[in-house]
Formats: sequence, C-alpha cells, structure tokens
Amino acid sequence: MTATPDQGLPTGLAGAGQPAFLSRFRLRGAVWLAVPAVLVLLVALAYPLAIVVLRSFTDPAPGLDNYVWFFQSAVNRAVLQRTFVVAAWVTVVSLICAYPYAYAMTIVGKNLRLALILCVLVPFWLSGVVRTLAWVILLQDSGVINSFLRGVGLPPVKLIRTLPGVVIGMTQVLLPFMILPIYTVMKGIDTRLLQAARSLGAKPWRAFVQIYMPLSLPGVYAGCIIVFILSLGFYITPALLGGPRSILLSSLVQNQVLSLLNWGRGGAMGVVLLVATFVLLAIAAPLMRQKHSATRREA
Amino acid sequence: MPSFSRILLGLFCLLVALLLLAPTLVVIPMSFNGNKSLAFPPVGFSWQWYDNFFTNPDWTTSFTNSLIIALIVAVVATVVGTLAAFGVTRAAARTGGLLRALLITPMVVPGVVLAIGIYAVYLDTHLVGTVTGFVLAHTMLAIPFVLIAVQANLEVFDRRLETAAASLGAGRLTVFRTVTLPLILPGVLSGALFAFITSFDEIIVALFITSPYLKTLPVQIYTSITRDADPTVAAVGTLLFLATSLIIIAGLLIGTRRGRT
Repeated sequence: MTATPDQGLPTGLAGAGQPAFLSRFRLRGAVWLAVPAVLVLLVALAYPLAIVVLRSFTDPAPGLDNYVWFFQSAVNRAVLQRTFVVAAWVTVVSLICAYPYAYAMTIVGKNLRLALILCVLVPFWLSGVVRTLAWVILLQDSGVINSFLRGVGLPPVKLIRTLPGVVIGMTQVLLPFMILPIYTVMKGIDTRLLQAARSLGAKPWRAFVQIYMPLSLPGVYAGCIIVFILSLGFYITPALLGGPRSILLSSLVQNQVLSLLNWGRGGAMGVVLLVATFVLLAIAAPLMRQKHSATRREA
Repeated sequence: MPSFSRILLGLFCLLVALLLLAPTLVVIPMSFNGNKSLAFPPVGFSWQWYDNFFTNPDWTTSFTNSLIIALIVAVVATVVGTLAAFGVTRAAARTGGLLRALLITPMVVPGVVLAIGIYAVYLDTHLVGTVTGFVLAHTMLAIPFVLIAVQANLEVFDRRLETAAASLGAGRLTVFRTVTLPLILPGVLSGALFAFITSFDEIIVALFITSPYLKTLPVQIYTSITRDADPTVAAVGTLLFLATSLIIIAGLLIGTRRGRT
C-alpha cells in the first residue's frame, strides 16, 4: 500500500540497531512518562466504572437480580431497542449528509474549502447544550418551524418531545463527527488513480464507485462507528428534545440513580450500555486501524 | 464529473452547510427578546438578558467557576497528556499502541455511565461540588484530546535533531527546552485549547457532581432551559457562538498563513 506508515519506521529501526540492553532501557524510560496519565485514568475512569459494575451485581443483594429485572421488563427492552434504532437512524442520516459534503471539501478551491471547514468546526467546538437549546427554540410548539407553518396556513406539527425531533437534533449535533474522519481519509486519496481509471476507459461514475469509494471506506467506517457509539450514550439532546415516549437508555440510567436512588438497577443498565459500546468497538477496531495507517501519511 | 452532478453536489452541500450552522443562529435573535420567553418570534428589542448575564450572581459565578476549572484543567491535562504522548510515541510500537488505546478510552465510554460511577466515588470521598472533583474528572476527559494533538506533532518530529543537540553537549532538559518543545509547541497549544474547551463545555458528569454551591456554566444553562424560559440562555449561547467562531477563524487563518510561507 502507498499508505505505509513511514513516520513510524525510523524509531523502530533505531531500536533494532541498538544493543538490546540500551533499547530496553530507553523503552522503559519512555513508558514511565505516561504514568501520571494512567494514574488519572485509574482514579477517575477505571475505579468509578468498577464501582458501577460491582453495584450492578451487589446492590441491593448479590446476584443477577438487576439484570433479570432489566431484561424481563418490556418497557426496558423497548427503551433498549429504541436506543439502538435511534442510533442507527442518526448514523445513516448523517452518513448521507456527510459523504458528499466531505467529498466536496476535497475538490473545491482553497477559500471555499476554508468556508466549508468553518461550517463543520464551529458546531464541532460549540457547546452541545447551546446547540440543543437552538433546537428547543426551533422545534417547540411555539418555535420557528411551527410559526413558519402557521404563517403559510398549514397546521402545526408536534416535533418537540417526539422521536423524529430527537433524531433531527442528534443528527445535527453529531454530523461533524461523521464529516471529519471521512474528510481526513478522502484528503489522502491519490486522485491520479481516478485519472488512470478514466484513461483506461472507465466512465466517471464507474471510476468513482469502483476506485474512489472503496478507498474512502476506512473513513466511512470510522465516522459510522464514532457516531453510532456517541448516539448510544447520548444524554443531553434526547433529555431536552425528547419526551416520555422517546426516552433513551441514558435518561433511564440517570432516572434510576438520581431520582430512585437505585444504584444497582441504574448500574446494570449502564453496564449493558458499556458492553454494547465495547462490543461494537471490538468489531470495528480492525476497520479503524486501517483508517489510522491511511491518515498517517499526511500527518 | 459532468457539470450537472457538480451543480447537484453544490446544492446538496449548501443544504448540509445550512443544517450545520443555521439552526444555531436562531439563538441570536432570541437573545434580544423584549419578553421573558423563548417563543418565536421574539418581541421587541432589549439588552436586558446580556445585562442579566453580566450582573446576576447565578450566571457570573457559574461562568467564573467554569473559567477557573477549565484553566486548571488546561494546564494539568496538557502537562500530563504531553508526557503521555512522549511515552506512547517513543515506547515500542506494541506497548505504545496499547497505551494509546487505553488512554483514549474516555472518548468512547458513555457519558452517563461514567457520570454515575464518578458520582458514586465522589459521594464517598466528599468530592461532590468541589473544584478538585471537577478538575480530576475533566482532566481525565481531556487527556485523550491532548494526547492526540501532541502525538500528531511528535510523529513527524525528527529525533535526530535531539541527538544532534545532545552531541553538541546539551543536557536532556536543555534539549527539551530549546529543541523539542519549540518544535512540538503547535501540538501542545492546540492540545491545551482542546482541554480547555472539553472542560468548559462538559455537562454530563458536571450535572451529577454539581452542588448548589458549585455550578458550572453548562449546568446553569441546562437547569435554566429545563426550569424556565429565561432568554439569558440565548444571550449566553450567542456569546459562546461568537467566541467559538472567532477562535476557529483565527486558528484557520494562522494555519493557512503558516502553510503558505
């Protein structure tokens, strides 16, 4: 592949060329530098997660009661299913929006590209609460969309506290996470491959579908997995835009712990969410790694 | 590609760009609302919500809290994250890869699961509603961003420069201060900025570990949205939107100028 991580080579070779004891000493010295970060992670990530897992099995009594309760309740199963369905919708809709946009970013001139990047980066870095607030203003019964509909003489639609409202808001909030990885991979694709295909007689569309799209897949996989995982755990946007009939798993966890003080049941739900996330990541890890080696080249 | 599909692509991208940016712009007219309501369209014109943001202690203290916490997090996470980036880049490929995967897990753990865990730990250790508690949780969340930013710089850094400086008699600290650090400074600075924004915007963990005595700005915004229709949130949203846009425009301009020379 052209995407050989050549930046990684010098260090690897330097290690190989040195006497074994020296390279081992160096390696150990370098790893020590990560100790403070690992400590922070142990205290603020690993330990809290361990507590959640522990309580899901022990609170109020040791055993699998909390998990049995979770999977026996039809309401909980419906919420779990809804969480996955919403995540899938958000992923599909944002992929449809992001792919052409990312492609356009790679073919336009410099100034237009800056403008397109700006449109992605401002929402990417703007507080999620503020962007959700904007959707509350837009979607509410007395919001922008409904006052527009009333203005042209159409009946108002119920958007806030409905599932479509949640999907619309989440898609917009998560769209940058889809565009950026796809763009990063597309930027590194050698467009001469397309010219080569064309010169061999391929129609432009065929060259695009057969050459360009497969090369852009690592970015697509990365974007999809990031958006899907973030959707599964999304909390603020569904909490503010959703209603009782569009509740997602995160809100259910929060409700169990903060309102009902039921740490065991809340913990069990959290563990289900956590396991789902890591299973997805494990499946997608090989695809993501491909992306890493493809993007490294232009680092 | 034929020009027809180009036009179609252009139109489609215009729509996506609008979807990305336009919805947020709605907070701007709402922030000048004459009435205490978030209903559209706004009535009249007034600066009172900006006035309220800068004078009402609920808003000023939560803003100051966020600023202090985010500044501490930016410093701590940048130091810890930069050290970790050296560890990851300069360890053997396998160890480095494992370490990197471990250190970026905060990015993928669902926020609420993390939040209830941290809340449980903080209840036991009396860290709920303390600056220390916020700084610890936010530093953990910010480390991946610093790591990624600095690592991107370290991977293209030519280590022979360090060897050259050392062979000319510079000590390890001098090498770091005069050769390595200036060259990776862009990565370190963008890492610091990422860490600041991560902390300043963080809401899920904050909602759990907040107390009436220590609220951050996102928590104040969230409770204000859920409790009443106070247009002050729109004023804060407008200010944050302007600040974010200015920082990004400045960053893009500096980036392109550097690319040109």
